[in-house]
Amino acid sequence: MIIELGHFALVLALATAIILSTLPVIGARRRDPAMMAVAPIGSLTLFALVAFSFGVLTWAYVVSDFSVANVWENSHSMMPIVYKFAGVWGNHEGSMMLWLLILSLFSALVAIFGRNLPETLRANVLSVQAWIASAFLLFILLTSNPFIRMNPAPAEGQDLNPVLQDPGLAIHPPLLYLGYVGFSVCFSFAVAALIDGRIDAAWARWVRPWTLAAWTFLTAGIAVGSYWAYYELGWGGWWFWDPVENASFMPWLAGTALLHSALVMEKRDALKIWTVLLSIMTFSLSLLGTFLVRSGVLTSVHAFATDPTRGIFILAILTLFIGGAFTLFAWRAPRLKSGGIFAPISREGSLVLNNLILTVCTGTVLIGTLYPLVLETLTGEKISVGAPFFNLTFGLLMIPLLIIVPFGPMLAWKRGDLLGALQRLYAAAGLSLFAAVAVFYFRHGGPVMALFGLALAFFLIFGALADLWQRGNFGKAKFSVALRRLAGLPRSAFGTALAHLGLGVTVLGIVAVTTFQTEGVVEMKQGSTTEVGGYTLAFDGMRDGKGPNYTEQRAHFTISRGGVAVADVWSSKRLYTARRMPTTEAGILTFGLSQLYVSLGDPMADGGIVVRIWWKPFITCIWGGAFIMMFGGFVSLSDRRLRVGAPTRKAKPVKTVMEPAE
Amino acid sequence: MTRKQKRLAIIAGGMSFILCAVLLVLFAFGQSVAYFYMPSDLTKTTVGPGTRIRLGGLVEQGSIVRGNGSTVSFKVTDGQQSVPVSYTGILPDLFREGQGVVTEGVFNSAHAFVADTVLAKHDEKYMPKEVADRLKKDGVWQPEGTATK
Repeated sequence: MIIELGHFALVLALATAIILSTLPVIGARRRDPAMMAVAPIGSLTLFALVAFSFGVLTWAYVVSDFSVANVWENSHSMMPIVYKFAGVWGNHEGSMMLWLLILSLFSALVAIFGRNLPETLRANVLSVQAWIASAFLLFILLTSNPFIRMNPAPAEGQDLNPVLQDPGLAIHPPLLYLGYVGFSVCFSFAVAALIDGRIDAAWARWVRPWTLAAWTFLTAGIAVGSYWAYYELGWGGWWFWDPVENASFMPWLAGTALLHSALVMEKRDALKIWTVLLSIMTFSLSLLGTFLVRSGVLTSVHAFATDPTRGIFILAILTLFIGGAFTLFAWRAPRLKSGGIFAPISREGSLVLNNLILTVCTGTVLIGTLYPLVLETLTGEKISVGAPFFNLTFGLLMIPLLIIVPFGPMLAWKRGDLLGALQRLYAAAGLSLFAAVAVFYFRHGGPVMALFGLALAFFLIFGALADLWQRGNFGKAKFSVALRRLAGLPRSAFGTALAHLGLGVTVLGIVAVTTFQTEGVVEMKQGSTTEVGGYTLAFDGMRDGKGPNYTEQRAHFTISRGGVAVADVWSSKRLYTARRMPTTEAGILTFGLSQLYVSLGDPMADGGIVVRIWWKPFITCIWGGAFIMMFGGFVSLSDRRLRVGAPTRKAKPVKTVMEPAE
Repeated sequence: MTRKQKRLAIIAGGMSFILCAVLLVLFAFGQSVAYFYMPSDLTKTTVGPGTRIRLGGLVEQGSIVRGNGSTVSFKVTDGQQSVPVSYTGILPDLFREGQGVVTEGVFNSAHAFVADTVLAKHDEKYMPKEVADRLKKDGVWQPEGTATK
């Protein structure tokens, strides 16, 4: 009965979404306050209905109600409770429900926090959000309904895919979707502004917190996903340039560009048309990602469902929204007046350069991801575009961006002083070179490109610190005065510095691992030892173990350095009984910032086992940097000036700058 | 420089960056794209030694030979032809006889295929899409991984 209620709530949600898609838009056109007032109430209702429906599905998982086909396919009564919760989105139907839940959550948040938006803008934004919600509700109800019953109900479920039975499943998809779907708000704001036919600096101020929030969550989501793949798949890699990874990375790149261009628009009233276009593109890339992952057109770890009708349905949604938005853009954009003139060497100029590079990089990732699909459709030839392609194109094109990052915040708005910025960065550049050489010396050399990469990473880190140093006027003013000045800086200044610093830390990790990583594949017998990265591993033997829904063979290793035992680690091969599916659980030991990664291979006939060991110096920097970026995002988000509800400058610009719609 | 010249210079700068990107992409496609082949394709086309390709098919029954240490050799078949493959490293968890795999590597000068990557992904029903499509097309597809019995 409760299952049917959940199903019914979803149908009601569709009805609500359809009303919400139409009434407020018409109301905004007619300036009818009653019709526009439907928007916030409707959005909250929609969220409540979707949340109820999602709750029912979760309940079905928690109590292991195998009469629901979706639960039977993806759960097992013996599964730990945390995976019963997380298992809700560990499959196609459930993950679409999560997508929808987060979409309606963002609509509800806009309804709550958007009280001082102009009434017509708010009505339009919420309506556009409801268009997206309607499309996805239809998709779920028609092709991916999670509430379908089975009769008779099976006694036991088929278990969740063992690779997904990991705490990562509880964290990664919600964070990723909060980012991915969060960009829908930017899209809706852009489309609403185009419908209204007017746009100004205030628009950018309203959009920026949403962009920042989505970007922050997406950063965290990608980082968690990367770490999860790293320890779960047992291949020791942290980024595979897998199409599905690219699908989440492209909105991140475009979102980063959007974050910076919205800044120019907010502060200087320039780059309006570009910012609107970028908002549309960012969410389009999110939709494209959803299509790539959910349609099953790709060979990937993530593609669980292959059902052609679903693919075509999502493709239709994709075409409708992207095509519609771009048509609207082409029709309306010429009306938008741009303002704010600036010199090429200025804060704006550097942000334009940032946008140029980020957009081009997004483009190369897009081409590399879609080219195999296009080629196959056109000629039937099958190719794979792998890591070498992306490393060559994306890697090289990003270098200029990384070099200019520290310069950006040093330049003044309107007209900057490049020489002055250079002078202020002398110390940072010198320190980075010194640090890079020092690392090189202690690691006993490596390719020259690595020295350059390390220097670049340190330059990003020291450049970000130099920015705060200059802003506080350290070295010139008295220390206590400078400290007070630093404390008085707006939070967004710290956010910027932290995000740029985090980027540097991530780059440091990437360069260090790529250059200094060592690995060995050896056959080991009980008692034998091997050496990797200055550590000695002794294989102590195997033992059988048993978990709630799997059996495993665990190998124990003792790690010593210079004859002294420093640590020990278990590495195992599991067999999940319900699906008869083996997985490798790598043993990972962290020493400072570096990690030792031990993965088991096949047992040999003579009792030995193949062991693959990696020494990965500074690898934790990759994710650590991402978390510093995320932290920077939250710090910036807490800036009072960004809060939508915070008092803003008087309404003077709002009335005069806005142009009438027709 | 006048303002017009300045603007032109900026646009030219942006365009040249984009041009660089396009050239780089074309170059990289020429360098690092791996074509997908099944064993019977290799009788029709010749792949020169050192050219990176993806070779897909099923692991032939009884063909897995474990050599010294971590080197494994096996044959990849599509029901008509088979190609011997050697690989050093740890095989994926789901690698077994009769399983669909995609291997990536090069032919060495002695015309033996040396793979550096073996993919057999994480689902026991999983069949690499390229392999499944071809087996269906050639009419040797048997669902649920029971092929080559």
